[in-house]
Amino acid sequence: MSFAHRHLLGIEQLSQSDITTLLDLADTYADRNRQPNKHSDALRGLTQINMFFENSTRTQASFEIAGKRLGADVMNMAMQASSIKKGETLIDTAMTLNAMHPDLLVVRHPQSGAVDLLAQKVNCAVLNAGDGRHEHPTQALLDALTIRRAKGRLHRLSIAICGDIAHSRVARSNILLLGKMENRIRLVGPPTLMPSQIDQFGVEVFDDMKKGLEGVDVVMMLRLQKERMDGGFIPSEREYYHRYGLDAEKLAHASPDAIVMHPGPMNRGVEIDGTLADDINRSVIQDQVEMGVAVRMAAMDLLARNHIAAQPGAA
Amino acid sequence: MTHLFTNLRLLDPEAGTLEPAAVLVRYGVIAEVLNHGVTAVDGAEVIDCGGHVLAPGIVDIGVKVCEPGERHKESYRSAGLAAAAGGVTTMVTRPDTDPAIDSPETLEFVTRRANEAAPVNVVPMAALTKGREGREMTEIGFLMDAGAAAFTDCDRVVTDTKVFSRALTYARSLGALVIAHPQDPGLSKGAAVTSGKFASLRGLPAVSPMAERMGLDRDIALIEMTGARYHADQITTARALPALERAKRNGLDITAGVGIHHLTLNALDVADYRTFFKVKPPLRDEEDRIAVVEAVASGLIDIICSMHTPQDEESKRLPFEEAASGAVGLETLLPAALRLVHAEMMDLPTLWRALSLNPAKRLGLPGGRIAVGAPADMVLFNPDAPFVLDRATLRSKSRNTPFDGMRMQGKVMATYVAGSCVYEAN
Repeated sequence: MSFAHRHLLGIEQLSQSDITTLLDLADTYADRNRQPNKHSDALRGLTQINMFFENSTRTQASFEIAGKRLGADVMNMAMQASSIKKGETLIDTAMTLNAMHPDLLVVRHPQSGAVDLLAQKVNCAVLNAGDGRHEHPTQALLDALTIRRAKGRLHRLSIAICGDIAHSRVARSNILLLGKMENRIRLVGPPTLMPSQIDQFGVEVFDDMKKGLEGVDVVMMLRLQKERMDGGFIPSEREYYHRYGLDAEKLAHASPDAIVMHPGPMNRGVEIDGTLADDINRSVIQDQVEMGVAVRMAAMDLLARNHIAAQPGAA
Repeated sequence: MTHLFTNLRLLDPEAGTLEPAAVLVRYGVIAEVLNHGVTAVDGAEVIDCGGHVLAPGIVDIGVKVCEPGERHKESYRSAGLAAAAGGVTTMVTRPDTDPAIDSPETLEFVTRRANEAAPVNVVPMAALTKGREGREMTEIGFLMDAGAAAFTDCDRVVTDTKVFSRALTYARSLGALVIAHPQDPGLSKGAAVTSGKFASLRGLPAVSPMAERMGLDRDIALIEMTGARYHADQITTARALPALERAKRNGLDITAGVGIHHLTLNALDVADYRTFFKVKPPLRDEEDRIAVVEAVASGLIDIICSMHTPQDEESKRLPFEEAASGAVGLETLLPAALRLVHAEMMDLPTLWRALSLNPAKRLGLPGGRIAVGAPADMVLFNPDAPFVLDRATLRSKSRNTPFDGMRMQGKVMATYVAGSCVYEAN
């Protein structure tokens, strides 16, 4: 098993075999997480700090549970309430924490590239828990594991990613990962929510949702990022729901056994019909949350092994 | 006070020649250009130039010296030393300081500081509107009397077309040159990079290159309306070139410049969020870079400048979107510009027209040429000498250069201002 990375900053740096290694390990954690005793000692004695410069409940909880199940000492820092308010720079904050010798740093930041910048300044392993509109690698990995378990494979599938692609780090990481695993990717959404020259990423772009969903195996919905919507990207939520919200009628164009995914939190009635989201025959949204813990356990386990091996005096 | 420069190749941008010659300088002025066989003149001290190229010193329009306000980033002393080391004999300085240079009093302060501290010529520009806020024009007449060479709000666009048209009209009556930043401010709002595949991959807010053409189109319409003398500070995209060409063909009093970084780097150089490559406007695609280099070669773009913009480490060691824009360029302008010659995209006389002759002509300055009676502002350089740039060696107080660690060719051997040596390579 090889995974030669110091940090997990993005999918961009991972190879096909890195991804497979990570998902294979995550698979075993997923099974273990269903047992009464979920505990392992993989991170025993190690310190994990979760630094969230942007609000998050789900991702932070997922990383926290993952670290605790592996035996790490986990600390959560709500960075919005802390020293950045007093004018400290990102790098100074990082250097201060670094001096406390953490082994794993889980970072979310509202600016693209901020986690890369921070990783250059610290000695521990850094996991990107989402930076701006850039990447959210553990989300793409948990989506991949969910697809692999539901479909039995992670290649030669036809996958539609729908909605607000422009503001979504989830979309970028998924486009990279699913592309590396040799799937057909379709992007569906209004042109105002498509990044420029996105067609050069080896994807097909559709602004008609029914055409975009034609025969696909996986329908991946994205959250409409209302907080990043200053400037009229769409005329109204109701028109958006009419044209791009996933409901039974639009889903009928997909393959009959297509699964429905959403990274959460959902805007019911904006991008997805509530009943459909709850339909256990189609929706794997709860599985995604479950796989999230397993994938984060696997990622931290692999990075911790490399981190320990790189310490002076390591055998 | 007579010097004879011998054993040199004389680069004359006006004649378009590069030939062996000798130059006689008397009391700081070029007295005679002589045959290269002349090795002595009565009463003249001989300076052997070692076979290197002697050219008119660079006239750099758009240098930011951070006085008043942010002297820790760059002072007239440090900028002047950097200019001398870079072969820049005239710095035409920007008014986007804090506070802005928008009153005769501030301009006089700046001029006094410059004369005390800088070993090269300093020609100040003043703001076009008060506080660079785009609302009220500055005292253009008084400022001209105090020595302002041109009027510009720098990278801030005067969005109110009525205000801008009045300022242009008023400037025209005084024969003042207005320098503007062609950019549609709505489209480019919040952008950190140029839109395209790279911006999408990195998830950075981006602006279409079309914003530059839109800004230029608007300005051209206003020049046509007002008849003002106008210079576009930086034209960096292929799409803006036809509009510029048409405006010139229609006889408008318009010229255009481009910063050295847009001629030598492209959008991909930002790579993993390297903030030293964040400039304004953002770096463009390679196709745009080549089109703009060709426009310099053809003369459509008149002027190359360094867009010297000092930023301290604190302003740059931030996430890309938050980081300040700008790069220093005084000391790297010459070797970076020589890349275009070494890449055979233009010859030396053509390059030098854009670096010295054209900017001097546009601002009505006496330098920028090798002619009898012209000031002996000159640079002696070896166009081929290779080196690896180490930013720690820069003389600027701020060392935010994108060229750190890069291989470059072209070394300044000596710089002369009014015949006096202000820099000599050791």
